[in-house]
Amino acid sequence: MDSQREATGPLVSETGAFVPSNDGTPCVLANRLDIGFPNDLVVSGISFELKQGEAVALIGTNGSGKSTLLKTIVGLLPPKGGRVSVFGMPPGHNARRIAYLGQFHASGFVLPLRAVDVVRMGRFPLRGLLGRMSHQDESIVMSAMHTMGIEGLAEYPLRSLSGGQQQRTYLAQVLAHQADLLVMDEPTAGLDAGGRELFLHAMNDELCRGASIIMATHDIQEEAALCQQVMLLARRVVAIGAPQEVLTPASLLETFGIVITGEKRVHVLECKHGHEGSEPFISGGRKM
Amino acid sequence: MDLFITPFSSNSFMLQALVAGALVSVSCAVAGTFIVLRGLAFIGDALAHGVLPGIAVAILVGFPGMIGAAIGAVFMIGGITLITQRSRLSSDTAIGLLFIGMLSLGVAIVSRSSSFSGDLTRILFGEILGISMTAILIQLVATVVIAATATVCSRPFMLLSFDPEQAQVAGFSVRLYHNIMLLMIAATVVVSFQTVGTLLVFGMLIAPAGAGALLARRIQIMMAWAILFGVLSTYIGLLISYHFDLAAGAAITLVTVVIFFVVFIIKNLRTGHAGQLEGVAHG
Repeated sequence: MDSQREATGPLVSETGAFVPSNDGTPCVLANRLDIGFPNDLVVSGISFELKQGEAVALIGTNGSGKSTLLKTIVGLLPPKGGRVSVFGMPPGHNARRIAYLGQFHASGFVLPLRAVDVVRMGRFPLRGLLGRMSHQDESIVMSAMHTMGIEGLAEYPLRSLSGGQQQRTYLAQVLAHQADLLVMDEPTAGLDAGGRELFLHAMNDELCRGASIIMATHDIQEEAALCQQVMLLARRVVAIGAPQEVLTPASLLETFGIVITGEKRVHVLECKHGHEGSEPFISGGRKM
Repeated sequence: MDLFITPFSSNSFMLQALVAGALVSVSCAVAGTFIVLRGLAFIGDALAHGVLPGIAVAILVGFPGMIGAAIGAVFMIGGITLITQRSRLSSDTAIGLLFIGMLSLGVAIVSRSSSFSGDLTRILFGEILGISMTAILIQLVATVVIAATATVCSRPFMLLSFDPEQAQVAGFSVRLYHNIMLLMIAATVVVSFQTVGTLLVFGMLIAPAGAGALLARRIQIMMAWAILFGVLSTYIGLLISYHFDLAAGAAITLVTVVIFFVVFIIKNLRTGHAGQLEGVAHG
């Protein structure tokens, strides 16, 4: 735990991997941004800045606006008001520099793809329609699979992999892009303890390389601790700031409903703000 | 040997049918692969039947049927696009209505023709045994264009099948490549209807590709299987039709469906065994 906390600051890249250009433009700059769908304003008045080499975690229940914000940043949803810029441009104009992992579940899909084909797609934004995949591309793909511990599954059909192995494959795809900005929606969903450990290390390496990260997460202990900023969402911005300032029982109570503190960990009982009501469930702590 | 080769070596109409059928198989395999992967079967079906009024009008006024089919297909794609964007109903309801509307319109128009049932049978089931050299040449050009389109667009098509949002964020416009894919399917239907008919072309689109999907673990391999199954079905179907005096188009399509189910059954018989092995390999 402590080593994770110490490693949050930006460090010099030791790997010699691709380092994003730093022209001083913030990766993401939102000013009184309103997000939502054509007939549904989800969150209004979001203001924040994501600098190069930093990470921000979005925390909130299902339907609180996390995915909506991420989709707005990658250009899948138009902003409903206010301003947002990504690398100084409106969203949707920087495909080469942005890697996106949605809440996408391909289980039961008939798609004939091997794990390595999925990871290779991470290089498509850089190679475009017809650009050749070089040896360097292939070695980046293999090293991304190695990072997520799935190099041995490269030739396996995606549909034969378990949910956790599929999630590792999607994460390897994100890593293979070597993007300047990683936008991820619940990246550790379905991962086992080993997978989460590999993910945290990989994210630390990405930050060291100079990439920026914005991700939705339910893990307020480890993943949020990796981030310089945490944004609590409950169909409005409850709080935004450094993890130790924001992750207080009071603001978590506002975000989630019920909070139980004990055994050095904070447990939150979630109530849903979104479409599907009722049934609270527990997250953020160890399984009970 | 006589049973298997002589029908083609001694009858030029059989050889031409084989060539035309093989070309149809290739374009249907390419278009069909993406129909199966993207779950567009219903749109493919609607397109195959939506071209009917266009063909009917063309026949009545004495134009080539293919031009009418192309106009019908463009109209159908426009309708489908409009419905999927605007409709609050689930789009398959609206597409289904559009498709049955076009089909009845087509039949109604053909019923004005003096040779009603002959024309209708020809449109629905094709006339593979009476295919002209010109039609074969057009089919050849179309097959090359369709294969080239799929090759150039292989990355966006793969991303689109995997996850449309991923394709959009990766810089490949979903709307653009979805429309290119629909046009590719429409072109396949338009050039293939003379050979296998608007009713049977749908079988050629999905049966070989479906069988390929069961066997392959890569999209390119799936397409290769689909081409193999399509060409094989054409050959076997023509032979059956020749020796047993059956309708050729129907015999070919029937073989594609039989092959699909044979592959399906063999695959299912082996799954229990293979599933255990895979469980051990990476459980």
